[in-house]
Amino acid sequence: MYRPCGTFDENYTQTMAIIRTRKHWALTVLGLGFLLTMPLFLSGRVLHFINLLGISMIAAQGLNLLIGFAGQISLGQSAFMAVGAYSAALLTVHLHAPFWLAIPAACLITGLVGVVFGAPSLRIKGFYLAMATLAAQLIIPWLVVNVRTDLTGGSNAMLVPAPKLGGLVLNNQQSMFYLIIPLTCLTIFLVTNIARSRIGRAFVAVRDNDLAAEMMGVNLMQYKLLAFFMCSFFAGLAGALWAYWMRAISPDQFNLMESIWFLGMIIVGGMGSVVGVAFGVIFIKLFDIVITLYSPSLTSFMSPQLAQDTAAGLSPFVFGLIILVFLILEPRGLAHRWEITKTYFRLWPFKY
Amino acid sequence: MLFLQFLLNGLLIGGLYALLALGIVLIYKATRVFNFALGEMLAVGAFILYTFMHAFHLPFWLSLPASLIIIMAVGLAVERVALRPLIGQPLLAAIMATLALSLMLKGLALFFWGSPTVSYPSKFLPGRAAALGEVYLGMELIWTFVVSIACFLALLFFFRFTKSGLFMRATAEAHATAQAAGIDVERVFSLTWGIAALVAGVGGIMLGHRFGIGITTLPVMAIKAFPVVLFGGLESIPGAIVGGLTIGVIESLVGGYIDPRLSEITPYIILLLVLLIRPEGLFGLQRIERI
Repeated sequence: MYRPCGTFDENYTQTMAIIRTRKHWALTVLGLGFLLTMPLFLSGRVLHFINLLGISMIAAQGLNLLIGFAGQISLGQSAFMAVGAYSAALLTVHLHAPFWLAIPAACLITGLVGVVFGAPSLRIKGFYLAMATLAAQLIIPWLVVNVRTDLTGGSNAMLVPAPKLGGLVLNNQQSMFYLIIPLTCLTIFLVTNIARSRIGRAFVAVRDNDLAAEMMGVNLMQYKLLAFFMCSFFAGLAGALWAYWMRAISPDQFNLMESIWFLGMIIVGGMGSVVGVAFGVIFIKLFDIVITLYSPSLTSFMSPQLAQDTAAGLSPFVFGLIILVFLILEPRGLAHRWEITKTYFRLWPFKY
Repeated sequence: MLFLQFLLNGLLIGGLYALLALGIVLIYKATRVFNFALGEMLAVGAFILYTFMHAFHLPFWLSLPASLIIIMAVGLAVERVALRPLIGQPLLAAIMATLALSLMLKGLALFFWGSPTVSYPSKFLPGRAAALGEVYLGMELIWTFVVSIACFLALLFFFRFTKSGLFMRATAEAHATAQAAGIDVERVFSLTWGIAALVAGVGGIMLGHRFGIGITTLPVMAIKAFPVVLFGGLESIPGAIVGGLTIGVIESLVGGYIDPRLSEITPYIILLLVLLIRPEGLFGLQRIERI
């Protein structure tokens, strides 16, 4: 770990600290302060985008624990989000549970579902595991559409009431911001700490070579299932927040395409890097919104039907292109670029 | 009688699945890459033939070879641009590359052909049903079945009796050894993608003829080829045929006797069971791991 010149650790607390120097503390406090006062001066549309960013961030960070740290491939993250969303919705609508009870319950339920679909990972790995999670991605929405449609509304949208806290109703972007963003910050903090603790080291050992890890005394079953549990736990959190935020959920919000978006965010950000994935989420989501905003002006000269199809095709095309370019030219993702930039400024004005 | 109807329907649909699975198995066998972009390649193949027949008003016997040549060129281009730089990269890179490809092909298909589902201006396969006693069979499906068996036989012949086929078999065995023996492995890879794209194109045309050509509808059907491939074994061409027929029959029987809605996900339930019980499939290679 790099330290700025003249900074020395004198005890273990300092060595383990995430925030090290006084400047670091000042930046963190300022940054968090800025983040939490955002709703006071930003418009509803920007806040809508930031809330979406927060939810995607939670799901992507969870997936990063599984793929980037534990090395297990999952193509089913959005299906697990669906489990979280529908658990929270069912608990709220049919059992009238308050949201502060429904969200943790949804997380736990999703975590357990994740363990069920992750169980094949004990026997198979790599590509075969990807197929097992793909099966989850296709089976879970089918279950929502076809089983107990009296509860879930089947393929129609299921309406979710706004979360209430005492007399406070969280029914606009400003109030949802204060539910989503603190949980996003908490997720990032948790993931950072999981990654550098005993569990994270065990994950990395399993990723690099699971047989060797087992020889070293890492309990493979325990840690693989734990990785799946944590990944789906965060997917469940993201899903529950999505349900309260969208207030209307339907199975086609959680299709295979969404799972691929999450994978793309991790590839672009850099696998196994918390900061990198944060960059990846912001990068991909910004690209998406820029395309949606500017495709009407790009296609204005076309006939309406053609313009609509071009606009619909632009987003997957550009997204696929970004993933390919990153895979071929910068497989270590934005995290690596960020390290290079930081080193450059640390050494400036010298070259090395 | 009903049972026989379901069974034969399943067999014929299974022939279609087998044809789709062939496109995946070929690529996996030689390059160890699973082609998730199969669905979009099918759709693009079907759309190219549609363009020749609809926009250029060419007769079927001229459009078919032309569109097959183009879809083969697409396969070659895909391999050269997207997959060759990723040789030797970790597994996730290969998976993501084909997923990214599927997105790009989807985007391109939307640019060129739009989202509505279209059908061929003239039906080139007979559309009526053939009666066998009390059992009715779609002639299209019979033709599809015949074509997939023909493709299978042609591939067997190609692997057995041609020099390129021999090179491909050697490459499938071990990349490094094949290279050491003087085989141009990269050329084999691009040849494989070309042939697989050709097979996918044929499959896409067959699918498009029966179900209509649409960029959102065709890829959904192609996903059913994934369980087929795993059931038969990833590296096995006969496995693709056996897997296709088996999954087709099971799906048809479940749809007929239990619940038509359940038949939609039956292949994926079979996929999960196969992964739990025998991950390498019926004829796949068992993996032995060494540190």
